[in-house]
Amino acid sequence: MAEFLLPPNSRINKNGKQHAAPAGAKKPRTFRIYRFDPDSGENPRIDSYEIDMAACGPMVLDALLKIKNEVDSTLAFRRSCREGICGSCAMNIDGVNTLACTKACSDVKSADVKIYPLPHMPVVKDLIPDLTQFYAQYAAVKPWLTTRTPAPPDSERLQSKEDQEKIDRPSACILCACCSTSCPSYWWNSDRYLGPAALLAAYRWIIDSRDDATGERLDALDDAFRLYRCHTIMNCAEACPKDLNPAKAIGEIKSMLAEREH
Amino acid sequence: MSGANVTRGLRRGSARNGVHHWLALHRVSAFALVPLSVWFVCSLLSMGGFGYAAVVAWLSSPWQAVLACLFVAASAWHSKLGVQVIIEDYVHGHGLKLFAITASQFVHVLVAAGGLFAVLKIAFGAH
Repeated sequence: MAEFLLPPNSRINKNGKQHAAPAGAKKPRTFRIYRFDPDSGENPRIDSYEIDMAACGPMVLDALLKIKNEVDSTLAFRRSCREGICGSCAMNIDGVNTLACTKACSDVKSADVKIYPLPHMPVVKDLIPDLTQFYAQYAAVKPWLTTRTPAPPDSERLQSKEDQEKIDRPSACILCACCSTSCPSYWWNSDRYLGPAALLAAYRWIIDSRDDATGERLDALDDAFRLYRCHTIMNCAEACPKDLNPAKAIGEIKSMLAEREH
Repeated sequence: MSGANVTRGLRRGSARNGVHHWLALHRVSAFALVPLSVWFVCSLLSMGGFGYAAVVAWLSSPWQAVLACLFVAASAWHSKLGVQVIIEDYVHGHGLKLFAITASQFVHVLVAAGGLFAVLKIAFGAH
């Protein structure tokens, strides 16, 4: 059955360690952060960190780095570019999947900033989910140019401006996994449903004017689970920190399959 | 999660029948139910009472009976597909899933057969 409750060893202890604000803090704010250490043998817990926002950068990632540098160096999370292009710091902030580096603390409506790892994924440690399957799904759509004709001898394979514009937005996906891990269909059937991120990537290659494998790509998606588990819930478009619309891309793939049938 | 298991679902490959399931079966019944539902609601509203005689009078008209049959068949079919999707979403044990889908199909066929029989019985006047 679909899992509606966490397994006993994953249930969260809401009363983890408390870290009070430093003396003389001007703008204290509490960050409630999911902690899990597989080596400890303990259940996950929520730790509270009171941070002086007057001495902290504006983004959630700034606060996480401040915590790691100044309060608790055991806090584990991924981060790299700090400008929304690498997709490493995807996590669930205030109930929404997004990038910690582009989410301003002031945009978090609740009094406390609640931070969890991406939902319904195995947790490696703290805010780090295991994305092995997510990457395998991306690889499964063969995200590379496939051709049967030789490239022109004296130039690259050129595209018209219009053809480029078709792949321009879908190519902007940074594979942060915010969309797939916000999707209930992906939660319940990620072993068979490819998920919005992989399907957006598939779409990007299906509509590429230079790609010759459109038919094979459509064949590979023509499956009641791989593609059609999308029930147009639209959480993916809501979650995407790059304002992309995987649900629309999935709808386009369904249309192309329907057109091919008739 | 070990690398050996996470890609099991991917290794199976595509069943190559998704568009048939989706378009030929589900979308068509959804599309058919739009006018049929409008007709059904309008018919109920214009029946002038929900007594036995009113229903018999309504379904004695051949056109109304034909549309009623189509409505019963299309809704049963649409419901059968919808329930199947819900079972596939939430029931994961392979044996249990097959059993649930099969049982749901039997129930839907039973409901459809009963509905059609009732409409035809009235339409052919054996009431």
